[in-house]
Amino acid sequence: MAVIETRSLTKTFGKIQAVRGIDLSIEQGEIFGLLGPNGAGKTTTIGMLCTIIRPTSGRGVVAGFDVAASPTQVRRNVGIVFQDPTLDTILTGRENLQLHARLYGIPAGVRGLWIDEMLALVDLKDRADDLTRTYSGGMRRRLELARGLLHRPAVLFLDEPTLGLDPQTRARVWEYIRQTARKENTTVVLTTHYMEEAQQVCGRVGIIDQGKIIALDTPQNMIDSLGGDIVAVSAESPPLDRIRSLSYVSSVRMVDGVMEATMKSAHLHLAQLLPLISGVKSVEMRKPTLNDVFMKLTGRDIREDDAARGESWVETVARHQQRGR
Amino acid sequence: MNPSRLLQRELMGISAVWWREFKVFWREKSRIISSIVQPLIWLFLFGSGIGASLSVENVHYRDYIYPGILTMSVIFGSVFFGLYIVWDRKLDVLKAVLVAPVARISIFFGKVLGGCTDVLLQVIILFSFSFLFPAVDLRGIPQALLILLVTSIALVSLGLALGSLLESLEGFQVISAFLVFPLFFLSGALFPLDERLPSWLTGLVKLNPLSYTVDGVRGALLGMNRYPFWVDLGIITLFASVMLIVGSVMFSRMK
Ligand SMILES: Nc1ncnc2c1ncn2[C@@H]1O[C@H](COP(=O)(O)OP(=O)(O)OP(=O)(O)O)[C@@H](O)[C@H]1O
Ligand SMILES: [Mg+2]
Repeated sequence: MAVIETRSLTKTFGKIQAVRGIDLSIEQGEIFGLLGPNGAGKTTTIGMLCTIIRPTSGRGVVAGFDVAASPTQVRRNVGIVFQDPTLDTILTGRENLQLHARLYGIPAGVRGLWIDEMLALVDLKDRADDLTRTYSGGMRRRLELARGLLHRPAVLFLDEPTLGLDPQTRARVWEYIRQTARKENTTVVLTTHYMEEAQQVCGRVGIIDQGKIIALDTPQNMIDSLGGDIVAVSAESPPLDRIRSLSYVSSVRMVDGVMEATMKSAHLHLAQLLPLISGVKSVEMRKPTLNDVFMKLTGRDIREDDAARGESWVETVARHQQRGR
Repeated sequence: MNPSRLLQRELMGISAVWWREFKVFWREKSRIISSIVQPLIWLFLFGSGIGASLSVENVHYRDYIYPGILTMSVIFGSVFFGLYIVWDRKLDVLKAVLVAPVARISIFFGKVLGGCTDVLLQVIILFSFSFLFPAVDLRGIPQALLILLVTSIALVSLGLALGSLLESLEGFQVISAFLVFPLFFLSGALFPLDERLPSWLTGLVKLNPLSYTVDGVRGALLGMNRYPFWVDLGIITLFASVMLIVGSVMFSRMK
């Protein structure tokens, strides 16, 4: 049976329709990614599923309990890492976990043991007794992850778990997430802006835009649906119609003055394709990513309107780090 | 889940929050020290200064205001402890606590207990200076502590209720100027309620529940009370009950 089920889950804040009727069904042990641009409704959806936001309409069932009717039972079964930091910085790392253990009713007999296990998992044993205000951003994030996992929830919600972390730390965080999901059969629902990472970690992803799920599948199927590799050619005036009519080309479009043609086994066709275009300035061949899927579905880059929505500098830094790689 | 298990869970939640508040209190040593030094400065500078030319019913003014200054540190300590959740909310510290499977009201009670513990510990330290005030009868300390404890419960709840409403720290100033200081000055902490006072002032003092705290503590420590101890305690207990209800409702509604 599905561990998370939603039916037309909806949330409006005054005039803003943050989430407009989401239907989801997520199985026990899945790692499910919720991807979408800023303001798409990811955090609001997670908030409703972990009972801190009351749905305007629709239904959500998590771990067998209705989020509106039995919030306490839902809470007992979920762990959450919020998008914004929520550590108690006047407490040490260990004390943060102790507080959490008591709040979640972990019996005193096993508390110490579980806490040590989690601290070891996120490599914070040496710093456990320092105040968390002395931690680096990455250490705080790892501690939050440990806290979310401490009471061994059936479902773990991770809202941008790797936001602002350096690439090595990000890789390690994903590794913990994968490990735990496998070992404890925990269901993980996560959001991220790092498409490549979502692609590697998630069994299935849902793409959400303007409060609606617009695609739902495995990352591989989504990418395969694009019909092959992408060849990006920068040239004066590429003959789009001519190229579109070629048998091996599945689609062609212009992105910022660059022609992007999608085709199977691009490396075999490149030699035939290029002579058709005059004045070629540069050519790039790449495997498509989930971002290309998003672009195809909406005609927009998943990140393009971030700046307009006033994102925080952390997000900007994170994106530059990613682009710079 | 059966009721006793459920109750046990909630008690664990209450103790979790209480434990956290105590850790924080203990860690902020400078805050503890200033909360003890400040009333002592009041007593010795203000009390001795005015006391040089004034005594009340043959009791040195410094000794006379000792109960009032104890009450003062309970008022300020308690209300500001409660208001502090505005800051907790701003830093999102409360968010992780509020999403735990513990009823809001338990978190509220944990906070109240935490606040009372802080304030009571400060008061106990202040009591250890009682020997400096010759008129104080040390045998009255348990009664004084009891009434101060109940007062603290009332005022931490009041602070939490207001803190649940406030959106920003700017409200602190307003509350401090229009609520906390008037409550203190109109409690008779610094002056006796005699026939020389204008009647409107006497009326306000009588309406202020904290006047009964001051009266109770003054009765216990100096034997200078207007009402019997049980009347003072009764009025304060009633006040605390109302504040607990108001506070828990507001806290539960807090977004
Ligand atoms: N408490 C709130 N009051 C009013 N509007 C809100 C509130 N929370 C969210 N919104 C609005 O709901 C929409 C969805 O927000 P949400 O935080 O769910 O987006 P998101 O997908 O998590 O975005 P991001 O990637 O930036 O985290 C946005 O338009 C946002 O402004
Ligand atoms: Mg978000």
